[in-house]
Amino acid sequence: MAALTPISRTPVSFYVPVVAAGGAIAGMFVGTAQGSTLLGILGGALIMATAAFLLTQVIKAEKPGRWGLLVLCAVAGFAVGGLPAGIIGAAFGWFFGWFSFWLYEGRYRAYLAPYLTPGQVLWHFSFRVICGAILVFLITPIIVVMPLSFNAQDFFTFTPEMLRFDPAGYSLKHYEDFFTNSDWQGALANSVKIAPAATLLSVSFGTLAAIGLSQPHVPFRRAIMAILISPMIVPLIISAAGMYFFYSRIGLQGTYVGVVLAHAALGIPFVIITVTATLVGFDNSLTRAAANMGANPVTTFFRVQMPLILPGVISGGLFAFITSFDEVVVVLFVGSAGQKTLPWQMFTGLREQISPTILAVATILVIISIALLTVVEMLRRRSERLRGMSPG
Amino acid sequence: MKLTKTLLATTALTVAAGMVSADGHMASEMTIVSWGGAYSNSQQQAYHNPYMEKTGVNIINDESSAEAVAKLRAMNEAGNVTWDVVDVVAADAIRLCDEGLAMEIDPDEHLAPAPDGTSAEDDFGDLIVSDCFIPQIVYSTTVGYRTDMVGDTAPTSICALFDTDAYPGKRALEKRPINNMEWALLCDGVAKEEVYDVLETDEGQQQALDKLATIKDDVIWWSAGADTPQLLADGEIVMGSTYNGRLFSVIEEQNQPVGMLWDAQVFDLDGWIIPAGLSDERKARALDYIYFATDTQRLADQSKYISYGPARASSAPLVGQHAELGIDMAPHMPTDPNNAKNTFLYNYEFWADYRDDIDAKFQAWLAQ
Repeated sequence: MAALTPISRTPVSFYVPVVAAGGAIAGMFVGTAQGSTLLGILGGALIMATAAFLLTQVIKAEKPGRWGLLVLCAVAGFAVGGLPAGIIGAAFGWFFGWFSFWLYEGRYRAYLAPYLTPGQVLWHFSFRVICGAILVFLITPIIVVMPLSFNAQDFFTFTPEMLRFDPAGYSLKHYEDFFTNSDWQGALANSVKIAPAATLLSVSFGTLAAIGLSQPHVPFRRAIMAILISPMIVPLIISAAGMYFFYSRIGLQGTYVGVVLAHAALGIPFVIITVTATLVGFDNSLTRAAANMGANPVTTFFRVQMPLILPGVISGGLFAFITSFDEVVVVLFVGSAGQKTLPWQMFTGLREQISPTILAVATILVIISIALLTVVEMLRRRSERLRGMSPG
Repeated sequence: MKLTKTLLATTALTVAAGMVSADGHMASEMTIVSWGGAYSNSQQQAYHNPYMEKTGVNIINDESSAEAVAKLRAMNEAGNVTWDVVDVVAADAIRLCDEGLAMEIDPDEHLAPAPDGTSAEDDFGDLIVSDCFIPQIVYSTTVGYRTDMVGDTAPTSICALFDTDAYPGKRALEKRPINNMEWALLCDGVAKEEVYDVLETDEGQQQALDKLATIKDDVIWWSAGADTPQLLADGEIVMGSTYNGRLFSVIEEQNQPVGMLWDAQVFDLDGWIIPAGLSDERKARALDYIYFATDTQRLADQSKYISYGPARASSAPLVGQHAELGIDMAPHMPTDPNNAKNTFLYNYEFWADYRDDIDAKFQAWLAQ
C-alpha cells in the first residue's frame, strides 16, 4: 500500500507520554505478576518513557537502538524470571522499540487519508486495539487449554517446570490415556456412531421440510415452521425432560435410536434455516423448465434443485453434526450409560475427577473442528470459483 | 446423483442398524451407578472385574451417583428404571428408602456372613443406618493444607480453618451447611457432645453462621469432590475440606506438597441400594452381585485402590497394601486408631430433620 500522507516527526510532548501509557499497561501485568500492581504501572511508564526519549533523542540510529532495547529487556526479563520471562522481555523490547519510532517518525499517519482529523486517527487505531482485545478475550480460554493438556501432572495447573519450559514438566500421558482408556474410547465410539446418524436424519428431514415450507401453497406455513424450529428456542433442559418422559413410555429411552432421534430433532432447525435461506435465491422457473422437459419431480430435485442448494445443505449438516457432537444435556436424559458420548464423559470427568485428559480431548476436538470448518470453507470457495461466482 | 443415493442408503442402513441394537436390557447386562473417577476405578478392580469373570455378566458403569435421588425419582415416574445397583451416600439412601424408591434388604438373608460365621447384621453393626442401605465404605470429610504455605507450624486442629491470623490465605469449604456448621460450633467453644443440641436452636444456628462469617471473605465454596485437590495443587488455597481419599491421592499418588488433618474428621458412610420395582430377573441378579461384592474379602480388596475404610468389622484385619504404590493402607484409613482419636459422626437423624431448614438459612447467608 502506498503512503497517502506525507509524514513528519512528532514533538516529544506527544510520543513520550503515549509510549509511557503503553509502558504503564505492560508494567501493570508484570507488576501484578510480581505482587505490586501500582509499582508496576509507575515503573513501566517511567522506564518506557525514558527508553523512548533516549532512543529518539540521544541514540537516534533506529536499527541499533531497537536491537539494543530488545536485548536489554530480554536480559532484564531473564534475570528476573528465567527463560520464559526473557522471551516476554524480548517481546516487550521489540514492541516498544518499534512503537517509539513509529510514533516519533509519524509513521502511523502515512497510510491514512490526509483529511482525517486527529480524533479520527485516534479512533482508527483504538478501533483496531478494541477488536484485537475482543479477539484475545474470545480465544484465550481455548488457547490456555492446549499447553495445559501436555501437563506432566494430573491437575489443571501450570507447574513451575512448565513455566521454565523444562521438558520434564510436559508429557503426552493424557493423550495416551485418551487413546488407551476404555471409558474414553467407548465414549468416542458412541459419539462417532451417533453424530453422523443424527446428521443424516437432520439433513434429510430438514431439507425436505425447508423445500416443502418454501412452497407458497402450503397451509399454516408459519405455524409449522415455528414448531419445527422450536427445539432451537425452547431451553434445552425442557426439551430434554420432555423427551425423557416421552421416550421412556415408548421404550426408546436408553437406546441408540432414542439418542439419534433426539439429536436429529435438535439438528433439524439448523438445516431448515440454512436451506430456507438458500432457497430464497432459488429460481422456481428452473424446476418448471425441468418438468417441461420431461423430468419427474424426484429427478428434478436431485439434478436441478439439490446441486443449487447444496451449500446450504452442507452448512446446515455441519451445524447439525456439531450440535450432536457437542450435546450433553439431552444425552444425559435420553441416553443411558451404554450411550455415553464424549461430552458426557467430559462432563462427569470434570465433576468427579479433574483430569487433564479432558483438556487433551478438548484440544483434539478443537483441532478437528478447525479442520472441518477449513475443509468446508475450501470446498465452498472451490465451488464458487468453478461456477465463476467469485474471482478468488 | 450417485452421492445422494449413497447418502440416503446410508441413512436407511444406520436407522435399521440402530433399531436392531435397541435391545433394552438383555439378561446378561447390568448397570451399576457410582461416583466416577478413582472411586469407580477401585470398585471396578475389586468388585466388577472379578464378578464379570465369575458370572460372565456385562457390567455397564454409569457415573450418576451425584444426581441419583433426582434420577431415580424421574425413572420411577416414567415407569422405566434402568439402573440395577446404585452407590449412594447414607443420607441419600435414607431419603430413597423413605420414598419407597429403594428395595428393603434383609442383611442376614441377602448378605454374606463373615468368614468366622458372624452374621452380616452383626458384622456391619451400627453402620446399617437404613433398611435399604448396604454399607460399603466409611469415609471422612477432613482438611488438607499446603505444607509450603502454612509456615513453620503446620496446623493440627480443625480450628486452623478459622484462624486467619496464623494461616492467612483462602480456604475451600463445601457449599452446604453440613460439616461446616459443626466445625464452626466446635471452634466457637461448644463441646463436641453438645454440638447437635446447640444446632437445633435458632440461636445455635446463628452462632455457627456468625463464626463462619468471620472467614467468609476468605472462603472459596466447592461443590465437586475434585475441586479442593485442584485448588490445593494450584496453590490457590492454603487449606480446604474434602474427602480423605482425595487427599490420599493428592499426597501419596500425585506427590503434591500437601498435608492433612485427621482432627474432627466427620465420618460418613457410602454404600449400595437396589432400586425398587426391578423385574424379578434383574432383582435376582442385583442381589447376587450385592452378595458377592460386599463379602469380607471384597470389601477389604477395595482398600487396595483407595483409602476408604471397609464397612465390615471383619474386613479391617485384611486391609493390605496399595496395589501400585505398595504402601500399607491401614494407617491411611479414617478408621485407623491413630487417625480416629478425635472424630465426629455425621448425625443422620439430625440432618434428616433439619436439613431443609438449615439449608435455606445457609443459602440465604451465602447470598448476603
